[in-house]
Parts: sequence; C-alpha cells; structure tokens
Amino acid sequence: MYVAVKGGEAAVANSRKLVKRSRRGPLHIPKIGTDQVDHQLGLAVDRVMAEGALYDRKAAAQAILQSQGDMVEAIFLLRAFRTTLKRFGNSKPVNTGKMQVIRRVSGAFKDIPGGQILGPTYDYTHRLIEFEDEPEPPSRGIQPSREAQIDSDSTSPDQELAGLAPRFQQLPWVVDILRNQGLMPPASETLIGEAVEDLTREPLKVPASRSIRLQNLARGDEGFLLGTAYSLQRGFGLDRHPFLGELRVGYVELTYTPPELGFEISIGRVKVTECFMINRNDGSENRSPGFENGYGLVFGQNERKAMSMSLLDRSLQSAEEGVEVKYPAQDQEFVLSHSDNVESSGFVQHLKLPHYVDFQSELVFIRNYTKDSQKKRKVPVESSV
Amino acid sequence: MSLQYNFAYLDEQSKKMIRRSILKAMAIPGFQVPFGGREMPLPYGWGTGGIQLTASLLGKEDCLKVIDQGSDDTTNAVSIKDFFKKTARIEITENTEDATIIQTRHRIPETPLTPQQIMVYQVPIPEPLQFIEPKRQENAKMHAFSEYGTMYVKLYEDIARHERIAMAFDYPVHVNGRYIMSPSPIPKFDNPKLHQSCAMHIFGAGREKRIYAVPPYTDVVSLDFEDYPFELEEWDESCAICGSDQTFLDEIITDDEGTRMFVCSDTEFCSRVRQKGKR
Repeated sequence: MYVAVKGGEAAVANSRKLVKRSRRGPLHIPKIGTDQVDHQLGLAVDRVMAEGALYDRKAAAQAILQSQGDMVEAIFLLRAFRTTLKRFGNSKPVNTGKMQVIRRVSGAFKDIPGGQILGPTYDYTHRLIEFEDEPEPPSRGIQPSREAQIDSDSTSPDQELAGLAPRFQQLPWVVDILRNQGLMPPASETLIGEAVEDLTREPLKVPASRSIRLQNLARGDEGFLLGTAYSLQRGFGLDRHPFLGELRVGYVELTYTPPELGFEISIGRVKVTECFMINRNDGSENRSPGFENGYGLVFGQNERKAMSMSLLDRSLQSAEEGVEVKYPAQDQEFVLSHSDNVESSGFVQHLKLPHYVDFQSELVFIRNYTKDSQKKRKVPVESSV
Repeated sequence: MSLQYNFAYLDEQSKKMIRRSILKAMAIPGFQVPFGGREMPLPYGWGTGGIQLTASLLGKEDCLKVIDQGSDDTTNAVSIKDFFKKTARIEITENTEDATIIQTRHRIPETPLTPQQIMVYQVPIPEPLQFIEPKRQENAKMHAFSEYGTMYVKLYEDIARHERIAMAFDYPVHVNGRYIMSPSPIPKFDNPKLHQSCAMHIFGAGREKRIYAVPPYTDVVSLDFEDYPFELEEWDESCAICGSDQTFLDEIITDDEGTRMFVCSDTEFCSRVRQKGKR
C-alpha cells in the first residue's frame, strides 16, 4: 500500500526487489548480454548515447538492460554516469566533411557529387512483422575490406560498410555547392573554436547563442524534437515546404592534443548523423533571395532526430533574424527549456511524490473561499467540497 | 509470414469506406473529404494516402505504374511497386500508355493521359490554406464560405514584394469554379495538365486523412491576376539525353565545381523519345 506516513524504508526496499525480479523475468529464459544489446539493438544504443550525451556503447547498452528498455530511464542513467566523468580536455572539432560514410542522401538533387548512398535504412522496408524468425545466414554478406578487418575492435555490419567507404576523405557538402553559386550565405565560422561554450557546465540562458542551441537540441528528447519540428511543417511556424539538402551517416575521427605530448593524435572514431535542411528565403532589404539552412548533428544513426534538429535550428535562426514569432517551435525559450527529457520526465513524474502538505493548504483555501462566497451571495449553493 | 493479408493489403471493409469517400470526392470536385485513413506498413509522408487509394481501386486486371519525381525507378516508387507486387500480384508497368492506375508523387507524366486511366496522387498537405491559416476549424470555414480573400492577398503580397507570384510547386488551383485545391507538390509546370483532363485524378493524404478529386473534364484554373497571369517554368536548355524542349527538366550536378546538366524528369517519356529518335 502506498502510504507515506510510515514504513517507507521497507516499501522502498521491496520495490527495488520487485524491479530486479521483473527485470530478470522467468529464470529459464536466457539473460541478455550487453554485447547483444550493442549489436542487435544498436539503434537503441545510439539514441541513448545521443540523449545521454556520452559516446560509450557499453555503458549505454548496460543502461538499456538496467532500465528494461525504458529509453528515457536509460538516458537518465547514462547522464548520471557522464556527470561523474573527469574532463581532461577538448578534442579538435570533428571534420564531418571527411566522414567515412555508410549512408548519404539528398532530397534536393537527383544526383550529387560523391553519389547518393542508400546504405542501411528502414525507409524502404515494408512494415510487415516477420512472425517467423529468418534463418541465420551461413556467413556475413559483405566482405569487410582488409582495413576494416585490421582496425575492427568490433565487426558490426555497418563498420564493415564503413570499411568499404573511402577512409576519411573529403566529400563535398551539397550546401557548399549552393554556397559556391551564391545561392546560400556562407557558413558562420564562429560556431567552431577553442573556447566553445558548454551547456553541460553552464546553465541555459535565453536568448542562447546558436552553439548552445545546437548543443541543447543534440541532446534533446527525440520525441519532443520530432513533434515540434512536425508542427513547423504543418504551418505552425513555417510558411513553406523545406528540403533535405543532405543527410549523411558514418564515422568521424576524433583528434586530440594531449598537453604532455604536444602533438595531435587520433583517439578514436564515433558514429554520427549529420543533416542540412534547406529553406527558401525570398529576401528582404538586407539580403538577396536565396536559400538558407538548418543544421543537425547527432551521435549514432538517428535520422529522425538529426532532421528534426535541423528544422528547429533553422526556425530558431529565422526568429533571431527577425521573422515574427507566432508559434511554439519558433520560440527559443519554449523549445530550449522543454527539450531535455531527463528534466521533463523528472518534473512531470515528480507529481507521484506525496504532496499532502501543499494539497492540504489548497483544501483549506478552497473550503474557506466557498464558505465566504456563499455567505456573500446569501443564497445556499450546493457544495461538492 | 504465417498470417495471410487480403488482396492489396487492406481489408474489404476499409476499401469500401475509401471507395465511398472517393465517390463523394468525385461528386464535389476539389472538396477535401475526411476519411478514416488506416495505418499502412509504409511511413506517413511516404505515400500512405496514395497507397490506400491504389489499394482500394486495384482489381486483378489492373496494370499499375508508380512514379516518384517523374521516375519509375526512384527508391520510393520501387518500394511501393514491391508492396503491390507482394500483396496484389498485379501487373506492373513502366509504360505510361499501358497503365490503368498511375500512382505518382510530384509529377504528372508527359505522355497525354487517356479516359481509361486513373491518376493517384500522394499528398503531404491537402489543405491549400495551411500556410495561411494552420487551424483546421478556421480553414474549413474559409472553404465553406468561399472566403478566399487571404489567398489572393498572399499572391498580391508576393507580387508587391517580388514582382511575381512566388510559388513554384504545389501551386493552388481553383476547381470547377468552387473550391481552391492543392494539386499536391507537382511543379506548376504540370498544373495545366489537370484542366479539362480526360482522366480521373484522385488525391490521397494519409496522415491528414483527406481524399479529394478532379473528375474528368473539369475546369482547373491556376490562381493568378489579369495583369499577372499564371506562368510556367522555362529552361534555356533541352534534355541532355533525348533533346526534348517541352518537358520538365531535372538539374543534375556532375562535379564538385557545380557543373550542371539537365535531363527529363519523366524518365519513361525520355527513354521512349530517345528510342524513337534512334529508329
């Protein structure tokens, strides 16, 4: 029984036991291992790492298991782990232009330099549940290149795909083609630098710089971003259809200069999804008509999130440039202060905590208030209180 | 798959419901008929409206063509064809003339249609007033009272600002002198093909759960002003493959410097013209 007066300690201990038991399920069913989660539920791991803001596949996989697959709970676990980690320095900004691409599509052009690469995607699968298990293939379909074999700490299929892609060679961005033709303003360089602001170390202040906004969106809740971006598309903040300039998924190299060495070393690679969304701009007094873009960058393969992020980035930039703010998805404060699911999940669910003291004062207030207003009216009113 | 799906995936009751909505839509040209859109095994925004229409129209004798951006072999068109191959086992064609049903996203074929053909459009945003008034209750009233002033004001504002009507695709049309309708995001180049067309055109929006139609031989007029008449896109180039100068051309970037070439968006038309040229 849920009674907050006494016996709380025993209740909590029992509740924890129950969670453990329900998490494990019947003992005759084999336990899942983190490596199985990492490889067979890889996209879940990607999401937890992105919103947990920590690239650690193993920790994310463990968090998913520990939360029984409750993603927001797993994200929370990862965030709580992240906050304990020592920060030893900043890597160089990653060069996504040299991404080892496993997938790359543009909705704006039929073909693009470097080609459209469909890669692994659910986009063209039919959503028909395969009730019968597919038989295991005798061996893997794609032969990994020697390079991929040599450096494979793990050999998941998309690592093999990455092995087929040219390794960290510059691949032009579609938006740069528009920029070179003068149809889009040049990229702002101020986002990148040694002294980048850090949302995880400083509180969010509104109005926030674009760099802070992007950090906020990158770790924001996928569902929230999706819903607000969708509202833009339905006319609640956009007055026309946006275009997918480019979406690429792949591995980028992380480089870091340890002070004790004094030269740059590669410390590994991370999988990311990068997105440029293009919007038409009909120009104003200060600028000629052309296109502008919104940007999204997310850990792992999460195209839904990266695309939502770039729509929102564009919307918030436009608001900054003077477009009238009429709807939630254009409002910086609305978007940025409600995107974090560790915050929102905590606060919404805190209502489960006992509030009897506050509620008692509400009760007293309402009872006195009804009594007084009945007296004033001098007509007896039936009260339900 | 241990379970069996019905012919063309949807159950017969759902198909009947959709066919009734189509009949209503045909009776009130350009009016958006709300319908009980079903969940389809393809994602919203990828043609679920069109797929539901096609599924409820298909008979065993039908021959289906599916295009996306004018082309038969774009990924989504291929995926939809696969879906109907799997669930309906009907004949699939690329040849526009052979098709009885043509499901399309964003184009009307260059080859003239025939009275035997049904065009099925995939529609993302069925409401032409959406970007003027996103609230559904409001724009329903605007349609009911033919209160289209704000739409013309928008066109006028475009002209005042840019000296032209600044819409390139999904260019709104006036149907049968009554409703303003979104022709779906076809380029405005294709708008005139709807006017007094001998074929039947039905539009399905799965996510927004609306069906609307242009019956054969209906007036479809692109919105404009007397002094700023509706204009079509024009190219200085002709198709680099077949040489056509009367078709909608796609721009293809061929190198990092942004070198461009132009080719027909309707790939089937293009290859047929080229074949003829060879002979």
